[in-house]
Amino acid sequence: MTKQIYERPIIRKLETGMPGKFGMRTEYPPTTQIDGVPVKKIMEQYGSPVFILSEDTIRTTFKRAQRAFSTRYPKVQFAWSYKTNYLDAVCRIYHQEGSWAEVVSGFEYDKALHNDVDGRKIIFNGPGKSEEDLKKAIDNDSLIHIDHLDELYLLIGIAGNSSRKPRVAIRVNMDTGIYPQWDRFGFNYENGQAWDAINKIVGSGKLELTGLHTHIGTFILTPNAYAVAATKLAELATEISNKFNFSIKYIDLGGGFASRNTLKGSYLPGPDVNPTFDDYAEAISSALLNSRLDSSNLPLLILETGRALIDDAGYLAGSVVANKRLSGGKKSVILDLGVNLLFTSFWYDHKITPAQSFPLHREDTVLYGPLCMNIDVVRENISFPQLNAGDGVVVHSVGAYNMTQWMQFITMRPKVVLIDLKGNLHVIRNNESLGTVIENEIVPDYLKSV
Amino acid sequence: MSTVKIQSNIAISDSGFLFNPATGESYSVNPIGLEIIALIREGKNETEICNIISQKYKSEQVIVERDLHDFVHMLRQYQLLDNNGGQNN
Repeated sequence: MTKQIYERPIIRKLETGMPGKFGMRTEYPPTTQIDGVPVKKIMEQYGSPVFILSEDTIRTTFKRAQRAFSTRYPKVQFAWSYKTNYLDAVCRIYHQEGSWAEVVSGFEYDKALHNDVDGRKIIFNGPGKSEEDLKKAIDNDSLIHIDHLDELYLLIGIAGNSSRKPRVAIRVNMDTGIYPQWDRFGFNYENGQAWDAINKIVGSGKLELTGLHTHIGTFILTPNAYAVAATKLAELATEISNKFNFSIKYIDLGGGFASRNTLKGSYLPGPDVNPTFDDYAEAISSALLNSRLDSSNLPLLILETGRALIDDAGYLAGSVVANKRLSGGKKSVILDLGVNLLFTSFWYDHKITPAQSFPLHREDTVLYGPLCMNIDVVRENISFPQLNAGDGVVVHSVGAYNMTQWMQFITMRPKVVLIDLKGNLHVIRNNESLGTVIENEIVPDYLKSV
Repeated sequence: MSTVKIQSNIAISDSGFLFNPATGESYSVNPIGLEIIALIREGKNETEICNIISQKYKSEQVIVERDLHDFVHMLRQYQLLDNNGGQNN
């Protein structure tokens, strides 16, 4: 007798509540391949979990951003935000596309030099630059963004003994009508701190004030906040020109553009509601062009966006370890990827799809990582099909921050693989081993025998 | 292996629609789930049900056993099983 096709037995409670006003798409097709390369093949070859980056998406997204701004404003320059993802291969793709480097520490600065970036095209942000960092940046003629007065005085002191006049900008914080107002970086616009810093810089005669910078926040969902920021910096630049009779060479609006991820607590999915590059470009360009800036000598517009450029290019592929029911009957799945690799799961409800075809029945599910820690929750609630141990899953839009803020905690960090434009795979960061973890440990002699 | 018992007041239609008059809640089951409920009503224990399903359908016994265990767990979770049933005996 021929056996019939098996289907898992299912019972589902019929809910009769009112449907929401908006339909929410929670079902996705399986992600069996990325850029034409089978996900299963990548996991077989490089292990599970594994980070996967799409060079095609990186370059396409960059070009889309550049087009959005350069079609609206005549002078635009992107600077790759190293902290977002400073894997050398990733940085070099952006540098090939014409990005400068934006760094926030001596370590990142050295990494930019290591990636063959011209020192004059490195923007040095951050509140914690050391004297050694500043001297190096001055020697390389980099753009130094001053965060506080102590740094300003230190720079004036160093410049006094240097043959080179450091090129500096001040970092300005301001009220752009959004909450929270970031005021811990730089000098405040409204209370006069920014003008105080500008007067000290110009008055010293030892520094060249080349630019004005602001970074209003992160994952900003209101493009108009950038319009407010651009207007205030343009006003500052105009008044500097009036008072000191020289032109500011650039206005740097930092980063903070939202990616397509869905913030926790958001009612609608990120791709449906988050602003696009065109939205941000329209707000910023219009504000600058409509300001009192001299239209025949407009400053360069610098953008340090990171997240929105790389998030979509990154995937984290992993496997199901086990299925289990919680005490209340809710289904849970344990994955081999946890919050130690996926820091952004604290911020986002990541889109997660199976890596193979799956049965139609879905169930509200908690996705846990493999860590023996209660906080290791990858998704608190997701409508997810029944998968078996060993089945693959793909977490989407993980390109930003995860490969810099990840932790070697309980498990080791996996390989990062780049799919190039021809579909070839390249390991761009190797997985850790016990050797790499204990490499820097030193056991005193008296503890060597146990 | 345990024997479970569906509560006697649960109404079950041939199309896989369950109604619990005590709570007013409704449920739907797929055909294989309906078949398992019928076997439970016949008094079969989980081992017997597992053997019957494995013989009839293309699946490994271990998968059927795991799915059956989860299904019975959900019946219990939805309070469709008799309180006196469902314990190991």
